[in-house]
Amino acid sequence: MDKTIAKNKTSFSTNGQTTKKTSKRVDVLKTYKNYIGGQFPRTESGRYYVPTNAHGEQLANICLSSRKDFRDSVVAARGAFKGWAGRAAFNRGQILYRIAEMLEGRKAQFIEELIKQDSTKSNAQKEVNLAIDRLVYYAGWCDKYQQLFGTVNPVASSHFNFSVPEPTGVVAAIAPQDTSLIGLVSIIGPAIAGGNTMIILASENKPLCAVSFAEVLNSSDLPGGVVNILTGKPGELVTHFVTHMDVNSIIYCEPDPQTQKDIQEKSAINVKRVHFHSSVNWFTNKGQSPYFILDTQEIKTTWHPIENIGGGGSKY
Amino acid sequence: MPIKTKTKSKSNHTPKLKFNTGWEYAPAPESKSHIKLKDQYDLFIGGKFVKPQSGRYFDTINPATEEKLASVAEANTTDVDRAVKAARQAYEKVWKKMPAAERAKYIFRISRMIQERAREFAVIESMDGGKPIKESRDVDVPLAANHFFYYAGWADKLEYAFPNRIPSSLGVAGQIIPWNFPLLMAAWKIAPALAAGNTVVLKPAETTPLTALKLAEVIQESGLPEGVVNIITGFGATGADMVYHPDIDKIAFTGSTEVGKIIQKAVAGTNKKVTLELGGKAANIIFDDAPIDQAVEGIINGIYFNQGHVCCAGSRLFVQESVYNIVLRKLKDRIETLIVGDPLDKNTDIGAINSQGQLESIRKYISIGQKEGAEMFQSSCPIPKKGYFMRPTLFTNVSQSHRIAQEEIFGPVLAIQTFRTDDEVIEKANNTPYGLSAGVWTDKGSKIFNITTKMRAGVVWANTYNKFDPTSPFGGYKESGYGREGGLHGLSAYLKI
Repeated sequence: MDKTIAKNKTSFSTNGQTTKKTSKRVDVLKTYKNYIGGQFPRTESGRYYVPTNAHGEQLANICLSSRKDFRDSVVAARGAFKGWAGRAAFNRGQILYRIAEMLEGRKAQFIEELIKQDSTKSNAQKEVNLAIDRLVYYAGWCDKYQQLFGTVNPVASSHFNFSVPEPTGVVAAIAPQDTSLIGLVSIIGPAIAGGNTMIILASENKPLCAVSFAEVLNSSDLPGGVVNILTGKPGELVTHFVTHMDVNSIIYCEPDPQTQKDIQEKSAINVKRVHFHSSVNWFTNKGQSPYFILDTQEIKTTWHPIENIGGGGSKY
Repeated sequence: MPIKTKTKSKSNHTPKLKFNTGWEYAPAPESKSHIKLKDQYDLFIGGKFVKPQSGRYFDTINPATEEKLASVAEANTTDVDRAVKAARQAYEKVWKKMPAAERAKYIFRISRMIQERAREFAVIESMDGGKPIKESRDVDVPLAANHFFYYAGWADKLEYAFPNRIPSSLGVAGQIIPWNFPLLMAAWKIAPALAAGNTVVLKPAETTPLTALKLAEVIQESGLPEGVVNIITGFGATGADMVYHPDIDKIAFTGSTEVGKIIQKAVAGTNKKVTLELGGKAANIIFDDAPIDQAVEGIINGIYFNQGHVCCAGSRLFVQESVYNIVLRKLKDRIETLIVGDPLDKNTDIGAINSQGQLESIRKYISIGQKEGAEMFQSSCPIPKKGYFMRPTLFTNVSQSHRIAQEEIFGPVLAIQTFRTDDEVIEKANNTPYGLSAGVWTDKGSKIFNITTKMRAGVVWANTYNKFDPTSPFGGYKESGYGREGGLHGLSAYLKI
């Protein structure tokens, strides 16, 4: 494994622009595509951009997604919502755990991509391990946060009254821009653990792991459309994220106050729930918590009458 | 199925299903070819199977055939001590110090491996304990795996479970489990104990040790550090050695109220923490506005599930007088359709009684019921000549003072009483030293909540019965024991909070 990584390090051969060849065999290069509704389409716009790493090396031709791609993703996410929210919490937990299992088996690929995107080998290993553990962490929460955030309310009348969390709906998120994998996973984990479906825009400059993570999701029994992953430029897409009438919640992780204000204002169009995570270090334990699940939950309270709570006498 | 219609019906009888038409189910036995059983099992201590110091072994038999399945080591006082020492060492040196998220991963592994080997577990469970394969396959084994999965997730989340507390583990847990749900009870005990950071010495019941020993193999395969789980086999004396062992911090017992009381006394004056899940004599209450057919299925499931070897079995049926006749008729018809026989047959509804001793005990209660004046009805179904079998049985004309209405029979025997008003049935249902569970059947929601509020029982099923889930606490009021297993509440039994 290490050998492969080392080899690729010296021969970024994306984009058809091979810099150095260490073996005679011609590598088969991966086309990085979007992930929408369980499929891997190219952007409908036909556009691309070419992010580079710190050495100025080109990573790949990446889909420059358009408003239409986003709108298609929302349709897919909304279509998948009923089924995903209706799954038993335990079943969601099993599927999140399965995602972790799949990622564990493909560690090497992710480490390689992280190294391409300026990570050291040891940091890359740490980031992938942390991403796997974080998925296991949220797998565990799937059937537990309800027991923390749900309540039975001792109302003063003859009623049985209880409150339970339910998923908000379709969540649109812009992944943390400074990491390729851990930020993405830290946003996806709590949203889908809580039964939401989502659209997430990958890190603009470090998009490789997001696309590969889509492949992991696709082989993990996660129904198509639950997570839709786009690549492109936040500056271009954020307005469309916020103004879409079928998106219930928006997650934004950059500390840019002007964009934050813009998101807050535009979200009012259909009363989107807005969450900013600009100060979270996703590499620490602060990057995982059941309160991230609670961000994309609604609380539903049910009232039901109880006959003669005082106990005196039969109703007959 | 042919329907016999009485054209000149004199009463209000609806068309009756006729069952004695000669149609029979072809045998559909589950294959035993894929299971691996050794002739002899040693004690699982410190991650290895070791010979017992006692030098003694006992046989575990298949109650459906009376054939020996394997011989199993009998742990004596020295063996118990070795197991506790192994657990203590694993606790101090490894388990206590391990980061919680890593602990979780081992428990997740165990869950996954049970799922992988589910079929083997199910077949062995049915062979060793006599329960129908459809129950071990669809209930016991999946629930056991799910229990591990659920509690695995809690391991690194304990500080969220108990606000404003920093929970810590207790140490070594001694766990004694019964023969009615051997693997499932092992899971109920081991999973929360490990998640909370304790190590374990577990003793399965003497008639059903095999799935626990197979679980020991899975645990070994999972790479769980040696000594974190130790599984020792034996009789009551082995259990007593555990209860009296000074280096055990926590006793978890599931079994009879009689033994539970002995344990409670025995640990008096020590710092041992105890949870007891004991007997029951649950009331299953059918109101006249209940969906009758559904209710009848619920009654059947409530009392005949697992041959009635269920501590929360709905063994006392209360039927509102106005629907008594129709409920009784439908119940008798339904009982006639139950298939009693080979536990490994996929069509079997009622398997073998767990042991000869238990069969004798059930027979004793049936003759007591008859002597005390209750009226018996039994299915006319054939039962196998070999093995321990009992026809599904019900008693009518039962009064509150009858022993079959007061004492736990732990077999497929239902005692039926009637009532007129809500208050009457609440009074009757609660008139028992037990308080494990209850059932209520009515289409009226407000009545459900009235009854569930008034029942002095730890689990109350409304329009359903015998439902279990890892997230849902289970345990009794009164002499059915204390402490809960399952859910958030099941964690606290294994923590200092």
